Amino acid sequence: MNVSYKWLSEYIDLTGVSAEELAERMTRAGIEIDVVENRNKGLDNIVVGYVVSREKHPDADKLNVCKVDTGSGEHLQIVCGAKNVDAGQKVPVAQIGAVMPDGMKIKRAKLRGVESQGMICSAKELAMNDKLLPKEMQEGILVLPEDTVIGTPIADVLGLNDHVLELDLTPNRSDCLSMIGVAYEVGALLDRPVRLPEDTVSESAEQASSTVSVRISAPDACNRYAARYITNVSIKPSPLWLQNRLLAAGVRPINNIVDITNFVMLEYGQPLHAFDADKLSGNGAIDVRYAHEGETLVTLDGQERKLEPHMLLITDGVKPIGLAGVMGGENSEVSGDTVNILLESAHFAGSVVRKTSRQMGLRSEASLRFEKEVNPEAVIPALNRAADLMRQLAGGSIAAGIVEETAQPHERRTVTLTLDKTNRLLGTALTAADVTSILQRLGLEAAEPEASVFHVRVPSRRGDITRDVDLIEEVARIYGYDNIPTTAIEGPTTPGHLNKGQTIRRAIRGLLTDNGLHEAVTYSFTHPTETELFPTFIDGAVPVRLAMPMSEERSVLRTSLLPSLLDVAAYNRNRKTDDVKAFELGRLYLTSQETLSALVKEELVLGLLMTGKRSAAQWNISSEAVDFYDVKGVVDALASYLGLEGLIRYEANRPQGLHPGRSASMYLMGAEGEQYIGIIGQVHPEIQRQKDLGETYVAELLLQPLMEAADFNIAYKALPRFPAVDRDIAVVVDRNVEVGRLVTTAKEAAGEWLESVGVFDIYTGDRIAEDKKSVAISLVYRHAEHTFTDEEITDIHGRVIAALETTYSAELRK
Amino acid sequence: MKERLQALRAEALDKLQQVKDANNLNELRVKFLGKKGALTEVLRGMGGLSAEERPMIGQVANEVRGAIEEFIEQKQEAFQREETERRLQEETIDVTLPGRTLAQGAVHPLNKVVEQIEDIFVGMGYTVAEGPEVERDYYNFEALNLPKDHPARDMQDSFYITEDILMRTQTSPVQIRTMEAMKGDVPVKIICPGRVYRRDDDDATHSFMFHQIEGLVIDKNIRMSDLKGTLLQFAREMFGPHMQIRLRPSFFPFTEPSVEVDVTCMKCGGSGCRICKHTGWIEILGAGMVHPRVLEMGGYDPEVYSGFAFGMGVERIAMLKYGVDDIRHFYTNDMRFLKQFARM
Repeated sequence: MNVSYKWLSEYIDLTGVSAEELAERMTRAGIEIDVVENRNKGLDNIVVGYVVSREKHPDADKLNVCKVDTGSGEHLQIVCGAKNVDAGQKVPVAQIGAVMPDGMKIKRAKLRGVESQGMICSAKELAMNDKLLPKEMQEGILVLPEDTVIGTPIADVLGLNDHVLELDLTPNRSDCLSMIGVAYEVGALLDRPVRLPEDTVSESAEQASSTVSVRISAPDACNRYAARYITNVSIKPSPLWLQNRLLAAGVRPINNIVDITNFVMLEYGQPLHAFDADKLSGNGAIDVRYAHEGETLVTLDGQERKLEPHMLLITDGVKPIGLAGVMGGENSEVSGDTVNILLESAHFAGSVVRKTSRQMGLRSEASLRFEKEVNPEAVIPALNRAADLMRQLAGGSIAAGIVEETAQPHERRTVTLTLDKTNRLLGTALTAADVTSILQRLGLEAAEPEASVFHVRVPSRRGDITRDVDLIEEVARIYGYDNIPTTAIEGPTTPGHLNKGQTIRRAIRGLLTDNGLHEAVTYSFTHPTETELFPTFIDGAVPVRLAMPMSEERSVLRTSLLPSLLDVAAYNRNRKTDDVKAFELGRLYLTSQETLSALVKEELVLGLLMTGKRSAAQWNISSEAVDFYDVKGVVDALASYLGLEGLIRYEANRPQGLHPGRSASMYLMGAEGEQYIGIIGQVHPEIQRQKDLGETYVAELLLQPLMEAADFNIAYKALPRFPAVDRDIAVVVDRNVEVGRLVTTAKEAAGEWLESVGVFDIYTGDRIAEDKKSVAISLVYRHAEHTFTDEEITDIHGRVIAALETTYSAELRK
Repeated sequence: MKERLQALRAEALDKLQQVKDANNLNELRVKFLGKKGALTEVLRGMGGLSAEERPMIGQVANEVRGAIEEFIEQKQEAFQREETERRLQEETIDVTLPGRTLAQGAVHPLNKVVEQIEDIFVGMGYTVAEGPEVERDYYNFEALNLPKDHPARDMQDSFYITEDILMRTQTSPVQIRTMEAMKGDVPVKIICPGRVYRRDDDDATHSFMFHQIEGLVIDKNIRMSDLKGTLLQFAREMFGPHMQIRLRPSFFPFTEPSVEVDVTCMKCGGSGCRICKHTGWIEILGAGMVHPRVLEMGGYDPEVYSGFAFGMGVERIAMLKYGVDDIRHFYTNDMRFLKQFARM
């Protein structure tokens, strides 16, 4: 809603309050003003001139040489390029010395040899919103009405010494979609009375009801429908004052009848519609009803609309003539030769209008207001005001009487407020007199004043006030939120904390960032094909599809973090960052339902990605490419950080989307067996190629099982009292023997006194057979009770070697 | 003999004076003091001395030995010092070369902010609640006093999946879920961080997916003044001790009264700048007293209990805090961006 300061001051005295001050006060009280626009962008020295004569420029086809009277006594010679300039016009003339809004200085000049003593201006040159003007006025100069007084400053003529306040209204304050509503709000802020337009109508002897009738066949969608019949109007442009009002509000002037309906809509917030009565069957037997299946209507914008049974229509008893509250029909449009008007003022249900306007993508100033529920008590005053303006400005004759039907009469609501609750909810110490005074300023009169209890009769314009808290808010905002004290919550304090899962998530973030990984946050929406790349965590997973995605690229919910992380790597690679180590803690959205009836399972997972060099190139560190064991190292570090060291089993079972020879599924081993927790490995070279990535390693782990199994209890173990014995061995085995198994066998064979076992070298090459590898293992033995003797060690170590020999045909390398 | 000893001493000291290195010194030690050295040679003649002379000469000999030894020792120490000095010189490195750094990753700036806000409120006695992102219309709208066809639903065009299920447009549904779980117990004191989704075209300040943190307190006698106190404390802990807050009336269907909360502009400290559009204030969150309808839907009698709720956009806070000028940076995960947050 754009509110002209000048226009507003017709309803309320704004003396002493500048537009900026008003904007600030309104904003602080809850009506946010985005912008205060000064409509006068610098119009000094621009006045109304009369074009006395127009002749062709002797040396330029497209230029005219005009003689213009600006009331200074002598006629100015002005060269003008506009096509529409002509003798006899009143036009804006920028005189020598004027500085145009765009900064151009008007000087005496010669144009193709002919002197020019000023400029005839277009609307655009006056910094007006020329898009609201007729096309010829956009292209050429602004032509003013004939009765405009020569020499008058143009800003006065066009009402441009004005400011426009752009209101950014919250949905509850639709009362401020009208000048009068805004005036009430400002009145409460300034504690000044509101002046309403006069509600008088001069009617003719003819009875409206003898021509027009109204019937509401859809009482649930239309509370009230009122009409007046106005005859013998003459269609012409509105007077300048009315056009100026509309332009200030950002509404396009069209003709006097349409402009009046718009003007009164802006004034009262009540949308009106004028039908050409002679185009209605029988001159107007209005029937408000729902559309029939298959019905169509060509609306004012020339579009043929297919109607559905939930849409509310205005009909003339025979055919649809308007889409109620949204847009009129072309078949009953007011045009240049319209003579008789059927003027509608009605109260349609917001939800019905809303549904229709949304479905049709048709949002009009009218629908905007109906959707938010208009003031039911404005129907008649707005109707009368518009009718009387049509009499005054279009020479119409108003037939006597209003023709109307009321489906549900409006009753004002009474809401009861207590002083105690007001103070309890706000933390204030207001008195009954304070509250009374504030309510009065708001025009919310307490019907039967009682000590500390207020029975407020809510005016119909404030449909948003339905409960005591709504009134408390009104009291609070007029009292001033700044005046509410600042207190601490009373009552016992509560201990705050993070739960186990939240604590672990933070710990994981800490561990991974300390290990050089950066945390990523990626979108939950993805392309459907991305959900097919990697395994999902549930059987028969179906990606959840949005009903109306913004693009196919982001049309389904992700079922794996890995595609998003690959995108991160690709994004960075495209920007010459080849080394990426990233992780994301995020949710997957898992379901096996094709059509959701239950909510999805939102599974928290950890995604890891590493590509490029292990570390940044430095002068003293050789930098190698990351490999499988870097990612695995992170997972292992995570497991031990969570107290789950050695409890993740890796099985090379070729998970989907990964390099079949460099990948594994992961299982968390627990007391009740093991549980699948995810995958790890190099991204399949084919996917790497598609995404234009280098060798990239990833892992994805379910966090829930890890969080449940996580063990925070640190139990001290006594430090060893006896020395350890180290033994290194190298065994030659077939290349396909998994070292993990080898180690497990060694552990089992060694028994309880094997303290640790580590792999320190893997060798393949010339010195052993081609299909063999040498695995070097270091074993540390320690007994808790005594120092091992040589015999004991030889015995244990011998068992280890024997086990490796028998199980894997291992040969001890000497 | 005495003269010979004195001469020997003079010779030895003279030679030692000229010694160049430790080897040389050792040679001289052997030459003068060794078993077959000059001093021993001289002393061999002791046998021919009288009993009176013998102790005297012996004393002189000891003095000579002592003097030579002391001199050798001094020399030796000097050589050692030189040697040490030389070694240290050799071992000198260029301290201006870069150190071997431990690569430090960064927590994502959005989560950095979330963690900080969580910590502030945990310190004030709140717990952290979470809820589903794929949510029922009932929790996202209806129970929050936004019935179907409510005009306020216009404010947030949503991603529906079915008629009844959508991507949550706000973290507020967690309020309802928490109230249900608490079954009427008080106090309720939670914050809930999380992702939310709205059908917004992406630009520098809008994203179809973003993060919110919601707060909810319900108890007997919770007042709007308590909301002010809570938010002032939060603003000061988050942005600095000199922060002021300012409340403006606003509208949310689930609170009444509703407020928008401004804090002192952290860029200019309130004097007015480009960031705060020369107002000195920056809007950071929306809040209000929990609407009685919402309390009722959550199972709390609004005549007995009251509460406040607040919600803020994590991206907005992060942009203000770090001076990030484009919201999209948070989701592209450019390493050059993320690395800037690898700090305390």
